[in-house]
Amino acid sequence: MAAARQSGILPGFRLSLGITLFGLSVLVFLPMAAMVGDAGTLGLSGLWRLLSTPRVLGAFRVSLVCAALAAMTAAVFGLLIAWVLVRTRFPGWRIADAMVDLPFALPTSVAGIALSTLYAPNGWLGGLLAPLGIRVAFTVVGVFVALTFVGLPFVIRSVQPVLQDLDVEQEEAAFMLGAGRWQTFARVLFPAILPSLCAGFTMAFARALGEYGSVIFISSNRPMVSEIVPLLIVNQLEQFDFAGAAAIGTLMLVLSFCVLLIIMLLQRFVRTARDA
Amino acid sequence: MMMTQTTFINRRGALALAASAGVGGLLQGLPRSGQAAQQQKLLNVSYDPTRELYADYDARFATLWKAKTGDDVSVSVSNGGSGAQARAVISGLDADVVTLALGYDIDAIAKAGLLSAAWQKRLPHNSTPYTSTIVFLTRAGNPKGIKDWPDLLRQDIQIVVANPKTSGGARWAFLAAYGWALQEYGGNAARAHDYIAAFYRNVPVLDAGSRGATLTFTNRGIGDVLVSWEDEAHLAVAKGGKYDIVTPGISILAEPPVAVVDRIVDQHKTRAVAEAYLENLYTPEFQDLVARYFYRPRDAQVAAKYAAQFPAIKLFSIETFGGWQAAQKRFFANGGVFDQIYSGG
Repeated sequence: MAAARQSGILPGFRLSLGITLFGLSVLVFLPMAAMVGDAGTLGLSGLWRLLSTPRVLGAFRVSLVCAALAAMTAAVFGLLIAWVLVRTRFPGWRIADAMVDLPFALPTSVAGIALSTLYAPNGWLGGLLAPLGIRVAFTVVGVFVALTFVGLPFVIRSVQPVLQDLDVEQEEAAFMLGAGRWQTFARVLFPAILPSLCAGFTMAFARALGEYGSVIFISSNRPMVSEIVPLLIVNQLEQFDFAGAAAIGTLMLVLSFCVLLIIMLLQRFVRTARDA
Repeated sequence: MMMTQTTFINRRGALALAASAGVGGLLQGLPRSGQAAQQQKLLNVSYDPTRELYADYDARFATLWKAKTGDDVSVSVSNGGSGAQARAVISGLDADVVTLALGYDIDAIAKAGLLSAAWQKRLPHNSTPYTSTIVFLTRAGNPKGIKDWPDLLRQDIQIVVANPKTSGGARWAFLAAYGWALQEYGGNAARAHDYIAAFYRNVPVLDAGSRGATLTFTNRGIGDVLVSWEDEAHLAVAKGGKYDIVTPGISILAEPPVAVVDRIVDQHKTRAVAEAYLENLYTPEFQDLVARYFYRPRDAQVAAKYAAQFPAIKLFSIETFGGWQAAQKRFFANGGVFDQIYSGG
């Protein structure tokens, strides 16, 4: 019934639905179906044999753990940066605001090279950290740093507009009613920001899972230690193992879909809990 | 959710894009048909460390070809990890000739039906106009006193080497180390396995390609020794780096072969110029050029001239492992020796 009503209101509903479905099929579903089809040539037992090898499992562990930690870090610092950008005006804030988007625009390999130059034992930051026994470039920590870098703008750009729209009056009301600063943040501001923060986290996480260019330059790329799934896929391709690459890609697809689904459900839960 | 989907498309699409960019680049070029204009384009798809050699050779070859036939030819070279390059050619990169790090990669292109399976018999010396081997590059003055393969296992040594899954040079390096251990331990595969496992425990970074590994060693200051192509080691020194080249007692005879890609040259009508391009590499003049870029020349006279540059070294060939197909399956395929040493095996 809803559809019938909408088709009445929206001009060209059928046409736009058709275009949408066609676009989605050609751009999204078709390539993915091709990948799943490629993976299918291995057969179930072949798939299991490949995907249960320690090297593949190790790469998934590295990818998932690093992406999750990086997205969490990006969420914390992204929120902080967004807050500062919205609530304070300092000389050059416009430039700072524009710089937030740099990781979007920068070719990720350039980011990787820049980060590894900076954090290498003979680099500016790496040189300072090396005497302390901290190594970032060419370790799994480097993977985390690169993923945080690419994830940060997703959080900032999803939180920022919500912060901008927040009424200062709400905070003032909370203050008048005797809430402290922390209480105001925790009970008034944070619940309002949370859905957008979740969205930013999700995008940063998804981006981090698929990230390749920046990571391979700063990671030591060692199997079981700092080899990420996308690199493993490229490795399979370079051994002319197209089906193996597709199989790992498919597992990655299924896993990320599940993770994103869970996050989406959580987000909905948070929203209904808040509105209730 | 959308983000993951798009990144997946990007990765898959990257292949097609890379391939079509190659094709597009060529199509934009001048007419390649055999008409009177005769301005020809050639694409040489090569592996990582050859960029300097072929940049020099291509200009000289164009002059030579112009003098000989009156035709203009412009050669472009694509460099990258050998396996990746072979895959690009299989997926549609229009390579008139391939000059890769190892026969296995050209075999893979042949398997895809792009050139004759007997390609390695078509030119002299297994279709390898120059050879190389695997040597060590250490910091200036060799502060850790690295002399031969056993030294690499010491606790205080960090080895920089590329990933044999993706780099042809790294596969030669792996086989050089393993082959040395086999000889040292009288053919005992279990002890050779222990050696190679201990070797890779000392490797802090696995770059995807040989050039990447060189840069990690030279520019990033990682590691005590780079195990790489002899030509790559010489090039690092020639570019003004303060390093020592250490030649081990035994190493592998690395044969990076060359071949004309039949299907592409027939489409482009570039067979004559492509064949000349490769055959010229065997002439004394160009054997001298390859020696100047630190590849070991095949020509005995040229080799004698550069004897000081290439110390005598006991070399074993890939046949020690029963050829590339067998070596690939045993060491580098999924579940092979390389996977085993990283899975605690």
